[in-house]
Amino acid sequence: MANMLANIFGSSPVRPLEKHIGIAFRCAKQLHGFFAAAIKGNWEKAATVRGEIERLEHEADDLKKKIRLGLPKSLFMPVPREDLLELLLVQDKIANRTKDVSGIVMGRKMQIPPEIADQFLEFVDRNVDAAKQARKSVRELDELFTAGFRGAEVALVEELIEELDRIETDTDDKQAALRAELFKIEESMNPIDAVFMYQVIELTGEIADMAERVGRRLELLLSH
Amino acid sequence: MEAELVYIALAALFGIFMAWGIGANDVANAMATSVGSKALTIKQAILVAAIFEFLGAVLAGGEVTSTIRKGIVDADLLSGSPELLVYGMLASLLSAGTWLFIASKNGWPVSTTHSIVGAIVGFAAAGIGVDAVQWGKVATIVMSWIASPLTAGFIAYLIYQSVQRLILRQDDPLAMAKRYVPVYMFFAAFTITLVTILKGLKHVGLKIDLAESYMLATAIAVAIAIIGSIAIRRIQPDPKAEKSQHFYTVERVFGVLMVITACGMAFAHGSNDVANAIGPLAAVVSIAQTGQIAAKSALPIWVLALGGGGIVIGLATYGRHVIATVGKKITQLTPSRGFAAELAAATTIVIASGTGMPISTTHTLVGAVLGVGLARGIEAIDLRVVARIFVSWVVTIPAGAFLSIVFFFIFKTVLP
Repeated sequence: MANMLANIFGSSPVRPLEKHIGIAFRCAKQLHGFFAAAIKGNWEKAATVRGEIERLEHEADDLKKKIRLGLPKSLFMPVPREDLLELLLVQDKIANRTKDVSGIVMGRKMQIPPEIADQFLEFVDRNVDAAKQARKSVRELDELFTAGFRGAEVALVEELIEELDRIETDTDDKQAALRAELFKIEESMNPIDAVFMYQVIELTGEIADMAERVGRRLELLLSH
Repeated sequence: MEAELVYIALAALFGIFMAWGIGANDVANAMATSVGSKALTIKQAILVAAIFEFLGAVLAGGEVTSTIRKGIVDADLLSGSPELLVYGMLASLLSAGTWLFIASKNGWPVSTTHSIVGAIVGFAAAGIGVDAVQWGKVATIVMSWIASPLTAGFIAYLIYQSVQRLILRQDDPLAMAKRYVPVYMFFAAFTITLVTILKGLKHVGLKIDLAESYMLATAIAVAIAIIGSIAIRRIQPDPKAEKSQHFYTVERVFGVLMVITACGMAFAHGSNDVANAIGPLAAVVSIAQTGQIAAKSALPIWVLALGGGGIVIGLATYGRHVIATVGKKITQLTPSRGFAAELAAATTIVIASGTGMPISTTHTLVGAVLGVGLARGIEAIDLRVVARIFVSWVVTIPAGAFLSIVFFFIFKTVLP
């Protein structure tokens, strides 16, 4: 029996959004294991991790579609539906970039130059940190809704986003340093490999960029 | 004499049917808010409903019962043929009960109040004459149907705004909750008791003057707030649960408050909606016993008991499933939000009961929920469903009227 009182409440997107960023983060987190294996040339292990990345990216994608379907225009929400959909979109891109970058490395069985391997792994980890901080920030959504996007909870989320920005700036610095190191050794590399290495660095850096955009989107919600 | 017994037996039967429907649907909706927010278990909710529905009906239900019983139909026109009123009231009970049953089966959101009022107006206008309906009174009732969700929504908006400002947006929401929740308890108990004392008790035969009324209401409210404070003080923070939800313990404090507002809600519902079942029954019983339409006759206690009993049976048999289904789906209504909605709805309903207005509990509750939503408290409200509720609100009245006209002419032909 359908019941009207129960059906007044649309499916809330809040918990699903929190779940979605969790999946996106888990997906990005796989990159450490993936690159560690790739650097060692253990392609069997890398393929397994790559499979996990693909699975998580799919999972995030499915949840994204489900959340969208559950957000018809007839919903009345404290914040604009469009802003939540945008947030969802950038969250999803964290998983997308992870899949893209691992796909290139896997497809070409790319050899990360040993000279920059450690530095590169550090850079990857920092990007994963950014995704983690994005998750931490998005997980405050339900509290924000409860408090009506005002007061102490807003200050708390603003702090979380500031920290997210700091991490993202750090990844930018690391990215520049990494490119400089790569520039020093690019002469010794196969030109095509060098070009792709630049691209891998670029794509990996976009994970933190997307995480930062998650922060921007959250901030937009706070300003309502 | 035999005809009278038949009337009373039929009226009692239909009255129980109607009361059962109210318990299965209306009361279940009213109690589901508390169960959904885990303030009460289903068993506790049924117990609370049983006690407070009954108290509400007996202590504060008099005005509404008399409106249903003799406020809508102009009894003077019928003094020559009281049996017409008997047929009509029987038809109204049966039609409202039937409509409620059909609607529940199909999941249509309908109001018991709207169907019984529609039914009474229907039989009176079509079966007796358009003049037999006290249209002025009916217009007031219809106005109250518009006003009650709006009022409840407005009160809920204010309450939830104050909860956000005083508690949820503060640096230490738990300390603030422990400080302010007893105040809300006081207000919840105070309003409901005061209205009951001022407006309801004269039907029970108690006369209390104004100053004493205020003192009594204050005393009861303070007592309840103190009991509540003791319960709140025993709540200890759970750091593990707090990690994923900072408001976890705060909501548990509101959970205690919600037990009180749930009682208030059941009381309010009893004071207003039990009349839908026992008003017509009381009219039939009084005519059958005296042979005439008595303007003043006491409400037999067994009639009240029948109404209260039917509701509790409806709640226990079918309503518990409704509570379970609704409760599971309204998890967005956490205690801090649910209490605001319940308190606003209960206050509005009790005031309506005091003035004799039969209003829809469910619609009032819907209005209150929307009010919390407007205070940016609810994550997502589906406006399509809200629109559907208001459509059904309109459809129910002619549906109840049509059925009762059919039943009226059947009874007129078949019954002695």
